[in-house]
Amino acid sequence: MAKLIGGITTSHIPAVGNAINNGLTQTPYWKRFFDGYKPAHQWLEDNPADIVIVVYNDHGLNFFLDKVPTFALGCAAEYFNEDEGWGLPPRPPFPGDAEFSWHLAESLVAQEFDICTCQEMKVDHGFVNPIRVLFGDQEQYSQKFIPLAVNTVQHPVPSAKRCLDLGVALGRAIESYPEDVRVTILGTGGMSHQLQGERAGFIDVDFDLECMDKIASEPEWFTQFSNAEIMARSGSEGIETIMWLVMRGALRADAEIVHKHYHAPISNTGAGVLVLDNQ
Amino acid sequence: MVWNKHDYDEIEGTYVFDGKRAQPSFNLNKMLFSFNEGKNRDEFDADPAAYCDKMGVTGVYKECVLNKDFLEMLRLGGNIYYVAKMAIPRGTSVQAAGAAFQGITEEEFIKNLQVRAEGLEQKIAERGDYWNG
Repeated sequence: MAKLIGGITTSHIPAVGNAINNGLTQTPYWKRFFDGYKPAHQWLEDNPADIVIVVYNDHGLNFFLDKVPTFALGCAAEYFNEDEGWGLPPRPPFPGDAEFSWHLAESLVAQEFDICTCQEMKVDHGFVNPIRVLFGDQEQYSQKFIPLAVNTVQHPVPSAKRCLDLGVALGRAIESYPEDVRVTILGTGGMSHQLQGERAGFIDVDFDLECMDKIASEPEWFTQFSNAEIMARSGSEGIETIMWLVMRGALRADAEIVHKHYHAPISNTGAGVLVLDNQ
Repeated sequence: MVWNKHDYDEIEGTYVFDGKRAQPSFNLNKMLFSFNEGKNRDEFDADPAAYCDKMGVTGVYKECVLNKDFLEMLRLGGNIYYVAKMAIPRGTSVQAAGAAFQGITEEEFIKNLQVRAEGLEQKIAERGDYWNG
């Protein structure tokens, strides 16, 4: 049977991709941000996964606003990164696992999470940058990757509780897959940041640190907040942190906290890395 | 017909992208989305007004595009991620745009971000269970 071995959180900001492309990861501005990933790299090396599920939001590459699924699961053998409009060179395609994806889709719908299934799914920086920062740029990845997109762009977006509940269902879906594969989940995005309006540049380090502590050890705490409260406390784009709960809900309540790393500001955001071992 | 009110309408300096913003500005966002393709970016740059006309972006929407008034674009329902597709390749980074929203320089905007994170390493050291370099 499949085994869910762990979960990791990470920022997915475009600037991370630029820093990697331009060889800036050891400059004074970026060094602390990137160095804090080293224990995550070690854990990934010691605990290799066959399949990596990436929970992220699409920022207007695959989905336009004509159709906005709340939860959308990639169900393809391969996923393509493309130009998002600012001319970043696209990364090579990422291998998927269609059989595993369709199993997840069947299990999630059976558990009353009526997700959108996608046989073609372009993946943007929200998916690509977490893979680059955690697994590096590889000619050929040994892992398969599964995109799970959550709408955090056009409100209404799902509640933190709904995301946590989806995670619980996802955990059951993973561990009911008959093949002996090892699976890791990435919860991406966040933490506090606001890009838009006169309030742009909003960051709240104290709220971010409290969120990291609680999401690691007591994720239900985060579900007390409405989406309006989350945006008030962590910025309009800080709502992305709800995606961490999909990862967290899939893991056991007592998953071991292996690593915590937080840095701010990086670009316009507070950025948090959690590594949770589910074994 | 009436748009629902929301608690998040009260967050100052914030234009939460929901139905009441997304519906009237659909053509604007559709035009910004079209910038994912290089040929559309080139066509826009060659004659922005004509490209707006072709994409059905008219009136106040067209005006803020031609004036590169990104704050007005947000108020009218431009989505920030779509607005970025117009701003970033034309020399306005997300931080420069944020500065413009507040009428400050980009340097001041970046400094304000750093001020918000002051004392971070000490806070993390006090917590004890975080990596801290």
